[in-house]
Amino acid sequence: MVGAGFSMLDVSFTMLMLSFVIKKAARLAALLLMLSAVAFALVSLSPIDPVTAYVGADMLRVGPEQRARIAERWGLDDPPVERYLRWLGQVAQGDLGVSMIYRQPVIEVIGQRFLASLGLMGAAWLCSGVLGFALGVLAGGSAGSVFDRLVRWFAYVLASTPTFWLALLLLIVFSVELRWTPICCAMPAGIAPEDVTLAQRLHHLILPAATLSILGVANITLHTRQKLIAVLESDYALFARAQGETRWSLIRQHGLRNIALPAVTLQFASFSELFGGSVLAEQVFAYPGLGQAAVPAGLRGDVPLLLGIVLFSAVFVFTGNTLADLAYQLLDPRIRLAQLA
Amino acid sequence: MLSVRNLSITFAMYEAGLRRRAITPIAGLDLDVRAGELLGVIGASGSGKSLLAHAVLGILPSNASAAGQIWFKGELLTPARQEALRGKEIALIPQSVGFLDPLMRVGRQVRRAAQLSGASSPVEAQRRIFERYGLRPQDARLYPFQLSGGMARRVLVSTAAVGQASLIIADEPTPGLHPEVVAETLRHMRELADEGRAVLLITHDVGAALTVADRIAVFYAGTTVEVAPVADFQGDGAALRHPYTRALWRALPQNEFISLPGAQPTPDDLPAGCLFAPRCPLATAECRAARPELRPVRGGWARCIHVES
Repeated sequence: MVGAGFSMLDVSFTMLMLSFVIKKAARLAALLLMLSAVAFALVSLSPIDPVTAYVGADMLRVGPEQRARIAERWGLDDPPVERYLRWLGQVAQGDLGVSMIYRQPVIEVIGQRFLASLGLMGAAWLCSGVLGFALGVLAGGSAGSVFDRLVRWFAYVLASTPTFWLALLLLIVFSVELRWTPICCAMPAGIAPEDVTLAQRLHHLILPAATLSILGVANITLHTRQKLIAVLESDYALFARAQGETRWSLIRQHGLRNIALPAVTLQFASFSELFGGSVLAEQVFAYPGLGQAAVPAGLRGDVPLLLGIVLFSAVFVFTGNTLADLAYQLLDPRIRLAQLA
Repeated sequence: MLSVRNLSITFAMYEAGLRRRAITPIAGLDLDVRAGELLGVIGASGSGKSLLAHAVLGILPSNASAAGQIWFKGELLTPARQEALRGKEIALIPQSVGFLDPLMRVGRQVRRAAQLSGASSPVEAQRRIFERYGLRPQDARLYPFQLSGGMARRVLVSTAAVGQASLIIADEPTPGLHPEVVAETLRHMRELADEGRAVLLITHDVGAALTVADRIAVFYAGTTVEVAPVADFQGDGAALRHPYTRALWRALPQNEFISLPGAQPTPDDLPAGCLFAPRCPLATAECRAARPELRPVRGGWARCIHVES
C-alpha cells in the first residue's frame, strides 16, 4: 500500500513538472520573439553605419564601390522587416549567423566568452549570496545594535555605488598602489593560453569577482535582515520563546529555516543585475567575457552578435527566474504538498 | 503555585509628532492558582487575558513594562528567573496552529519542546505524548498546515504536556472549534490539572470554562473583579459577588440570554472610579470617586463596595 502510494505521488509529481516545463518553454519562446523584434528595430534605427564601423581606420583605402559591395554582401540594403524575417528563419534552424567583428559564428563567440563570464559571475554569485546572507542574519538578529546600524549603512552605501566606479577604485588600490592583483585581463600577457596555470587564472579573477560580489551583497543583506526581523516578530517566534528558546537558538531553530527560501529565491532572481554588472566590470578590467563582447557589438553595429547576446542574456535571466520559481515549488512544503494533494 | 499580585502592564506608544504616550491595558490584576487546580480566567476580548500569560512567562514586547508581583512556588519572579523557568516549569498552550513554525514538521517541534524542557530522550518523549493524545506515529511527519483542527489542538497540547511543567497556561485554546473538539480540548486541560499541575485556562467562553474549572477569575478592563468557586455559578447567580460576573452568568444562552448594554472601557479612556461603574446597575457617587479594593467575600474575592462580606 505504502509503495503504491509513493509511486502515485511520483507520477503526479512528474506530470506537474512536465506541465511546468511546457508552460515555461512557451513563455520563453514568446519572450525571445518579442525581445528580438524590439532589439532588431532599435539596431535598425541606430545611427551607426555597420560598414563604416567595420572598416574603421581603413576608411581612406576603401572606395564607395567596395563599401556598396560589403553592404550588399551583408544584405544591408534590404528593408528591415525582410532582414529580420530572414534572420529569424536562420535562428529557427539554429543558426545565429556570423559575427562581423570576430568573423566567427556567433554561437562560438558566445560559447567562449560565456565560459569566461561564468567563472566570474559564479564566483560573485556565491560570494555575495553567502556573505550577504550571513551579514543579514547577524544584523537582523541584533536589530537596533551598533553592528546592525553599521551593516545597514554599509549596504546603503553599496547599493548606491556605481559598478564602474567601484571597479576603478579597487584597481587603483589593489593593482596600482599595492600591486597585489593584475591590472587587467583574464591571464598574463605573452603566455600561450594552454600554459596558463589555474592559480594565474584565479589571480586575474579576484578583482572583477570582488567588484561584482560586493555590489550583490547589499540587496541580499537588507532583504535577509528585514525577513529575519519579521520572523522574530511572528507568533511562532513568540511561542518558541515561551518554550525557552533564546534569541540565537530561536534563529538557529526557526529563523534560518524561514528566511533561507526567500534568500535563495532572491539570489536566483538577481541574475539580471549580475549580468548587467558583469558587462561593466568586464569592461573596466578588460576581462574577455560575454559582457566585454557586448559593448563593441553595439558600438560597431555587429547586428548578429548583438542579437545573439541579447537572446542569450534573456535566456540566462529567464533561467534564473525559473530556478527561483522552482525553488519555492520544490522546497516549500506548503506549496509542494498542497499541489500534490 | 502561582500568585499574581496587583499586576499592571504599561505600553509606551509614540503618537504623531513623536510625543510619548503610555497606555495601561492591565492594572490591578490579581489571581492565585494551586497545584492540581484548574483556574478559568474569563473576560471579554481586550480585558488583558493574553497579556497576563505573556507577563507570567516574561515574553512581553520590548515596549511594555510590568509592575506588581508575580510569585511562583513561593519565589518572586524576576526576568532572569522567568527565562530559566520558561518551557521547563511553566509551559504555554497557544491559541492556534499559527503559533507553530510553518516550515518544521510537527514531530520535530514537539521533540524540540521536550528537549528544551529538559527531557533525557526527546524522541521517546514525543512518541509517548503522541500516543497519549491519539496522534499516529506518522503524524509526526506532517507540517502544521496539514493538520485538521482537532489534530492541531492535540499537537499544541503535546508541546506543553511533553515536559514536566508544573504550571500550564492555555491561552484561548478553543477558538472557533467544532463542539466535539472543544470538549476534547477541555478534557485534556482537566487531565493536566488532575495530574497535579496547575492550569490557567484563559478564555472568553464562560460556558466552556465552567464545565472544567475549579474556580473562575473574572477580568474586566484589565483588572480582576471577582474570583469565585465554580459552584457559585448556578440558579439566578445570587451566590456570585460582582455585578459584572452576574451579568456574564445571565447572558449565557441557557440562562436569561440577556447581554449587558454598553462596552468595556478602552485602556486610554478609563473611568476615574470603579471601572465597571458606567455599566453597573448598583453604581453610586462613591463608586465613581475611587477604585474599589479587591477583598475577600464569602470564600472568594470581589472588587465591589456594594457586596457585604
